Amino acid sequence: MILLLFVIPFISGLLAFFLRNDLLRRRLLLSVACGHSAFSLYLCLFRGVDQQWLGFGMDALSRYFTAIFSLLFLCASFYAVIYLREEKSKPREESEEGLLFDNAPEAAFTGCLLIFLASMSLLALSRHFGLIWIAMETTTLVSAPLIYFHRHPRSLEATWKYLLICSVGIALALFGNLFLAVSASASGSGAELSLDRLLKAGVSLDPLWLKAGFIFILVGYGTKMGLAPMHTWLPDAHSEAPSVVSALLSGALLNCAFLAILRFYQLCLANGLGGFCRELFLIFGLLSMAVACLFIIGQSDYKRLLAYSSVEHMGILCFAVATGSAYGAMLHAANHSFVKGALFICAGNVLAYFKSKKIADVREMAHLLPWAGVLWFAGILAICGAPPFGTFLSEWIILKSAAASGNILLPAAYLFLLSVIFIAMTGIGMRMVFGVPGTPSAAQEYGGKTHFLPLLPALILLSISLLLGIYLPESLGRVVSEAAALLGGNT
Amino acid sequence: MNIVYPLLNVLIALLAAPLMAGIINRVKAFFAGRKGPSLLQLYFDIGKLLRKGAVYSRTTGVFFRLGPPVGLAAVFMALFFIPWGAYPAVLFFPGDLVLFVYLLGTQRFFMILAALDTGSSFEGMGAGRDAQFSVLSEAVLFLCLAVMSAASGSVSLNGMLCSAGGKIWQVSPPVLIVVVFVLYIILLVENYRVPFDDPNTHLELTMIHEVMALDHGGADLAMINYASALKFWILAALPAGLLFPYALNPDFPGNALLFFGIIAATAVLTGIVESGMARLRLLKVPQLLTAAAALSLVALIFLAK
Amino acid sequence: MLDGILMLLVLLNLFSLGSTRISASIRVVAYQGAAIGLVPLFLRGKIPGTMLLGIVFVTLLVKAVLLPGFLRYAQKRVNVRREEKTFVGVSTSILCGVAALGVAFFISSRLPLPFATASPFIVPVALSVSLTGSFIIISRAQALSQVIGYLILENGIYLFGIALFLEQPLLVELGMLLDVFVGVFVMGITIFHINREFEHTDTSRLSGLADWLPEERSLE
Repeated sequence: MILLLFVIPFISGLLAFFLRNDLLRRRLLLSVACGHSAFSLYLCLFRGVDQQWLGFGMDALSRYFTAIFSLLFLCASFYAVIYLREEKSKPREESEEGLLFDNAPEAAFTGCLLIFLASMSLLALSRHFGLIWIAMETTTLVSAPLIYFHRHPRSLEATWKYLLICSVGIALALFGNLFLAVSASASGSGAELSLDRLLKAGVSLDPLWLKAGFIFILVGYGTKMGLAPMHTWLPDAHSEAPSVVSALLSGALLNCAFLAILRFYQLCLANGLGGFCRELFLIFGLLSMAVACLFIIGQSDYKRLLAYSSVEHMGILCFAVATGSAYGAMLHAANHSFVKGALFICAGNVLAYFKSKKIADVREMAHLLPWAGVLWFAGILAICGAPPFGTFLSEWIILKSAAASGNILLPAAYLFLLSVIFIAMTGIGMRMVFGVPGTPSAAQEYGGKTHFLPLLPALILLSISLLLGIYLPESLGRVVSEAAALLGGNT
Repeated sequence: MNIVYPLLNVLIALLAAPLMAGIINRVKAFFAGRKGPSLLQLYFDIGKLLRKGAVYSRTTGVFFRLGPPVGLAAVFMALFFIPWGAYPAVLFFPGDLVLFVYLLGTQRFFMILAALDTGSSFEGMGAGRDAQFSVLSEAVLFLCLAVMSAASGSVSLNGMLCSAGGKIWQVSPPVLIVVVFVLYIILLVENYRVPFDDPNTHLELTMIHEVMALDHGGADLAMINYASALKFWILAALPAGLLFPYALNPDFPGNALLFFGIIAATAVLTGIVESGMARLRLLKVPQLLTAAAALSLVALIFLAK
Repeated sequence: MLDGILMLLVLLNLFSLGSTRISASIRVVAYQGAAIGLVPLFLRGKIPGTMLLGIVFVTLLVKAVLLPGFLRYAQKRVNVRREEKTFVGVSTSILCGVAALGVAFFISSRLPLPFATASPFIVPVALSVSLTGSFIIISRAQALSQVIGYLILENGIYLFGIALFLEQPLLVELGMLLDVFVGVFVMGITIFHINREFEHTDTSRLSGLADWLPEERSLE
């Protein structure tokens, strides 16, 4: 029954390629998104039992992550429908060089969106590493046309980089899978890639091959996740893709890559290699945060700013697992997805109004686009970890466990990097929303009406994050704890 | 009895070497649709040249006179280290493969000196190119010998190519096939055959070996030509020694015929290669030699595993 | 015989590193695919005959016929004959290939297989093929060459999988083949678009997206 989460979006995606009627297609997208999120929220909050069938199953981790990306997809598809309607009517001019460009056919876009949802569901549902790999590869292949929605040279360049780098990364992850199979065949149960059977085998997996496998998996899926130094495709892809796609990539895909790594980490924990894995997580986590910090300072493009912020938060997730705070990592995954999704949707509105991706061109949003300005500023504060948003709570939990680890350098580095990023991003946010004193008012350059409807999804997502920061419902808290327990973590 | 057969082998080599050149030319003519020179042409040429006198330019010095005889002597000495099938070489000691390579190197060194001694720019150019090729080809030859030595466990040519050669094939056949291939490339380089140098060219700017023999005449030229033929025989004996199945009955005529047959087959193959390929651009030659070096390194790595 | 095929794979690696012509590289990928497809015939596994032949047939079809054919079609469409600039010269590439082989042997000597295999060279050769593929991706600027490098990388991984785990549920192997096929298809389509948009497929000239462009060194 849980396979419906994969089957229905997949079939609707294929159907969407052939539907001629735009209205019907958009309705299909929305209805599938609603159904998917309703079902996954139900599974997450109300059905606590793990289910298994063939190579598929839903444990606490799957339920939690599925609920997150499903909700995000719902809001994103709502925005997508409005966006597609706008795109059909306006002339299209590329923001950087003013070139006229074309768009991909909307049917392809919608179809790919739905298949994207399907493959992410498949990834969350899989209990077999081979299936996880296939699902990951499918997400790469299906999201490439999504990035190339606007047909102009820069997005093409971004698509090529994305395609090549992620394909190589996923190939390395396949090596990791094969090394795992070698390690499993040492235990006498034959070459197994099924998570449940491997967990039952206990501590009899060959440690050397398991370690080698983990390294390859971390590097391979880490490419997809956006860990430095494999993150180079991220800024390009996120800045050139339409905002819907960026929101989904940042909020959903990076999380799924993290889930794939976490499955392997589960296995390593069962074999006593937890310390080794956590060291690697620490290195990549801190490196990602540092690299993101470097590139956020002095950033001139606000979508690239959000992309580097994603790199930073993926680094924080790894750091959280490294310091043993799996609970904090789980909370942070949800909060980051929602806030980043909201920010990207907001950025889409800003781009539609100001027609430029440069920070210097976006001024005084407080006057020109009041709602967008509020949401944008709130989002920037949220992503930097300001209370009362949920990100503050999760980052605080992570800080506590970093401090508890004994090494004073860990929380110090964490705090330092977070503060620098906070200063840089809020500086940029304030410039964008309030304007720089002394420059002429932007009111004369920009005019035109704006609607509130495209911003509604962003508002919803931000409020969810705000809610999570203030009050964690009982059922949700239970799911998060169960998920964290699977990763051997405590608060 | 022990020394007679090996010495007989050397004698056969001395007598039969110019025949190989004839075979190559005949094969090339066949592919070109011509009748071609007689198989014994090189014998007649050497005989003719021995009867002629030589002209020595006033710009040349002692090295010009020394080049050909020393070269011939060096190659002649190298002949004594090659084993024949089931029979050992006339001379052998551990490490004689280094001496072997350097004897061939001595021949080339004195040829280069003789060429430079003329003071002619053509010859200088050819000498420079020859030196450039030899840097790489000697390295590759050493690598091949290293592989063969690692496979057979002996550091003497005698141990590598002789009856112990059969043991090599039990170690790793694919490795040795690669080594045979690389040895053949070395044969082509050292003997200035296509694709490294065209022996039929008449343009001095494109010559490498011919231009170094350009100013020699008479007995000197005869010695150079004969030394080239001997060098072909020697370098063909290396892959032949690897391919030679040692399990044959050590019956002298049979062995000798088989060995002779393999070297003749190499000559035929060289003729076919010469007819089929064009000469490489000079820029590409180091790349091809690097590829040959890479191949022998690969063979070595596979063997060392 | 298995050793011979593995040696052949290494030689094909060197050949692909040594030539800058795209058609030669495509032929190398085809031969590599064929060689890898034939590997299961020389293993001593417990697979029944028909399934073995099925695997061999599918692998040969995809790796030696379909994928190179598609690449050749792409090459004709995009009209690129040879790699105009490589970041590393030919001789250096070949030597790097040999170094990759050495590294692969070193790594495999540190990772001993916990079970016996038909040949001790499987792991090193598979690793070296993958390393060669990665090297080609790094050192070539033509988009088509990068796709060829990606295919060689996948060849190495596939060799590792098929040579060690013939008894494994074949779902994974076939799924991998399918994914590679679709992946190359998508890459090919992207290359067509690149060619149409830019009039060339030289990825070193795709540098419009950057963080710090030379003209914009503003210190806000």
